[in-house]
Amino acid sequence: MLKQKRRFKPDFWFWVKFAVIGIMLIFLIYPFFTLISRSFFSPKEEGLTLANYIRFFTKPYYYEALGRSLFVSITATLTTMVIGVPMAYLMTRYNIFFKKYIHIFIIMSLMSPPFIGAYSWIMLFGRAGFITNLFSGIGITLPTIYGKAGIIMVFTFKLFPYVYLYVSGAMGSIDSSLEEAAENLGSSKLRRLFTVTLPVILPSVAAGAIMVFMTSLADFGTPMLIGEGYTVLPVMVYNEYMSEIGGNANLASALSVIIVLCSTSVLLLQKHFVSKKNYTMTSMRPPQEIKLKGIKRVLTSIPVMLVTFIGILPQIVVLVTSFIKSDFTGFQGGFSLDSYITIAKRLGTNIRNTFVFSTVAIVFIIIIGLLISYVVVRQKGIAAQAMDLLIMFPYVIPGAVLGISLIVAFNKPPLLLTGTAAIMVIAYVVRKLPYTVRSGSAFLQQMDPSVEEASISLGVSPMRTFFKVTARLMAPGIFSGAILSWITCINELSSSIMLYGGKTSTISVAIYTEVVRNSYGTAAALASILTVSTVISLLIFLKVSKGKVSVV
Amino acid sequence: MSHAVIIKDATKKYGDFTAVNKINLEIKKGEFFTLLGPSGCGKTTLLRMIAGFNSVDGGEIYFDDTMINNMEAHKRDIGMVFQNYAIFPHLTVSENVAYGLKAKKTPKPQIAPKVQEALDLVQIGTLKDRKPNELSGGQQQRVALARAFAIEPGVLLMDEPLSNLDAKLRVQMRSVIKKLQRRLGITTIYVTHDQEEALAISDRIAVMKNGDIMQVGTPEEIYRKPQNPFVASFIGVSNFIPATVNSTQGKDATVLLENTIPVQIPLRKAYTGKATLSARPEQLSFTTGEGMPGIIEFSVFLGDFIEYEIKLENGQTIQLNEYTKDVNEVRPDGQAVTVGFDASKVNLYADETEEVLSC
Repeated sequence: MLKQKRRFKPDFWFWVKFAVIGIMLIFLIYPFFTLISRSFFSPKEEGLTLANYIRFFTKPYYYEALGRSLFVSITATLTTMVIGVPMAYLMTRYNIFFKKYIHIFIIMSLMSPPFIGAYSWIMLFGRAGFITNLFSGIGITLPTIYGKAGIIMVFTFKLFPYVYLYVSGAMGSIDSSLEEAAENLGSSKLRRLFTVTLPVILPSVAAGAIMVFMTSLADFGTPMLIGEGYTVLPVMVYNEYMSEIGGNANLASALSVIIVLCSTSVLLLQKHFVSKKNYTMTSMRPPQEIKLKGIKRVLTSIPVMLVTFIGILPQIVVLVTSFIKSDFTGFQGGFSLDSYITIAKRLGTNIRNTFVFSTVAIVFIIIIGLLISYVVVRQKGIAAQAMDLLIMFPYVIPGAVLGISLIVAFNKPPLLLTGTAAIMVIAYVVRKLPYTVRSGSAFLQQMDPSVEEASISLGVSPMRTFFKVTARLMAPGIFSGAILSWITCINELSSSIMLYGGKTSTISVAIYTEVVRNSYGTAAALASILTVSTVISLLIFLKVSKGKVSVV
Repeated sequence: MSHAVIIKDATKKYGDFTAVNKINLEIKKGEFFTLLGPSGCGKTTLLRMIAGFNSVDGGEIYFDDTMINNMEAHKRDIGMVFQNYAIFPHLTVSENVAYGLKAKKTPKPQIAPKVQEALDLVQIGTLKDRKPNELSGGQQQRVALARAFAIEPGVLLMDEPLSNLDAKLRVQMRSVIKKLQRRLGITTIYVTHDQEEALAISDRIAVMKNGDIMQVGTPEEIYRKPQNPFVASFIGVSNFIPATVNSTQGKDATVLLENTIPVQIPLRKAYTGKATLSARPEQLSFTTGEGMPGIIEFSVFLGDFIEYEIKLENGQTIQLNEYTKDVNEVRPDGQAVTVGFDASKVNLYADETEEVLSC
């Protein structure tokens, strides 16, 4: 047989893969490896050294932070499961009052900026909080909200939606015949719940739990605001890196590597255990909603509504307090727009920055996300697999860590980016891209490739087919994902606070600094801007995605 | 202009698995040619190699004199119809049909009349402003046909185009396709796993199995003279009866059916050894003369014919069909019968080589 020699002709997709992998290598892999290599150097010693790691594991000041991080993350994972699983069960099985709205509110509490939760709990239960004052007026001293209890509280009510959303998705897809079969075999209702229903939804519970764990391990804003002396790892990374005297970039790098190792190993463990137990089910008959009547319905609805209310309470608190007259000593009472007038005068740049950076980032995210989604789903080969893996990377890298790695990589020529708007946009694109890619590729997966082949067979080149047909059909998926990316961009704190310079500060950074300055009124007004933008974006998302794209 | 398609030693491999194994075919200009076989036989792979969606790992494919192995799919001058229709959901019916015409740089004033003509050909001219989601499956497949015909391709490729339709529509649509293809004279390569559909629609059929071609011929040749037991069993129903042959000089040889019953069957060459007789249910008949004794186990009255299941002495059950018009009554179960046949019509295969022994 004649061996066909085919000359390699780089086509459009070759250049796409080349460009995308190039971008990821420069802005994700290179910075991260720079960070790793930094962790093996020390200002005090020559050459490679393990000094930073030795210091970490021998000095209680450092390793206790790891212990604290793991403690709050694991506790929050458990508490969110305790709340999330019953919430999902009640919401899918019973006719809860205002079910549709409750579902939207739960999604809202997940999508709201994380540190706003911390801020609001301080407003209510902090040293000068409304409720603290109320109780001390009648002589009762409430337990302190600061420290680990506050962190766990905020995480619980902010992150239980992860568990809720994953589990209710699974509950809705259990074929009712499965439970009927168990009943037929003589299983009691409770036994059935524990022997059939729960094991089947276990992989979803695990998936939700892992999201809670990773998010709480990586979160910076909440422990920073409400933790006070209770220093967790991301906060320590920030302190080590930022403190003017005795700051140690090498040690901060080592701390970052340790966080990433933690989250990566937990993710791998979960993949290992859950992949063995994944029951795929095609639900022919989703379970019927049980119609409760009268007092029973009320009693079932109350806990669901209460949890939901606590979940969105932070948003309500910031909205309300933003309209209360305040000065540096605290809230004075009475309605006023002063806070908004102050931020318009003093912090207009931050507001502009947030929306400009996020908009620019979203443009890149849409373009890159569209191309990556296509390559990952439709193209085979090493490049596609590499992209699929690389796109998972930002999940395990906390924002603070990404921030530091970008700084260490780009703080000198030829690519001197620190302090510029560009580095903020880069951080947003790298970190928020996965939302768009996941949603876009999920959409494309449901699309039959023969539609594209039909176009090619009609004489339209593959590249033009992509733009004329594929991209058009992927648009709803990409757009839905881009809204999620957008929401998380405007609310981004942990990488912004590492990367911002004098002219590139954003709303979330300003909220943090305002809270530190005890300027709660302006913080509330800024947080309200974010909350309202988030809610509007989320409503657009729900309209566009028509329930086909999950927020988690 | 329609092309002839010449396939020489075409091969496709997926790792160690050979999906298409050195296939040779010559498809004539204007011919309706079907690739028929069970799933996994390589028929769709071969079609996609011709379309340009699968690479050609070995051998050559020609459209007339042009080798197209490395020609990009969109430059091949083909039209393709897919199993799931593959209609562009964001375009109307007429936009779907115009899509290929625009890509082919058809002058603008000609597009609308050509679209209308193509839609009229498949009898959906009135639906041209509808969106695909307002159409039934059958209507969508008509749009796909119109879209492929409209660009007047040199070769039309169809990948199981009717298998998503219900039985009645399938029969209706296959005659629509056949008549259109005749009228326009486009070389057509059609893939199906449905042997009845293949017989009904094709000028010639290639029966495929495990990446190889088992037989190429007209529907009648394939039905009447299957070249091996696989084709005999895949096309229509065949009874296979074990036999022993001992013939030193071909011609009228004595064949021992079930290894015991002697019958005279004309052979094309000398053969000694085990063989298999293949007879279709309608080629068998009840006889008072020589034949295979058996007992009627079960019968089904189907109107125009009666289907009998008969247990032979070797324990094997065979099927015999008798036309209702030829007899007066249905024979009762349990009746002892003798089954005979016209020796010039049945086929005999050598067991080792699977080659045809009968004339």
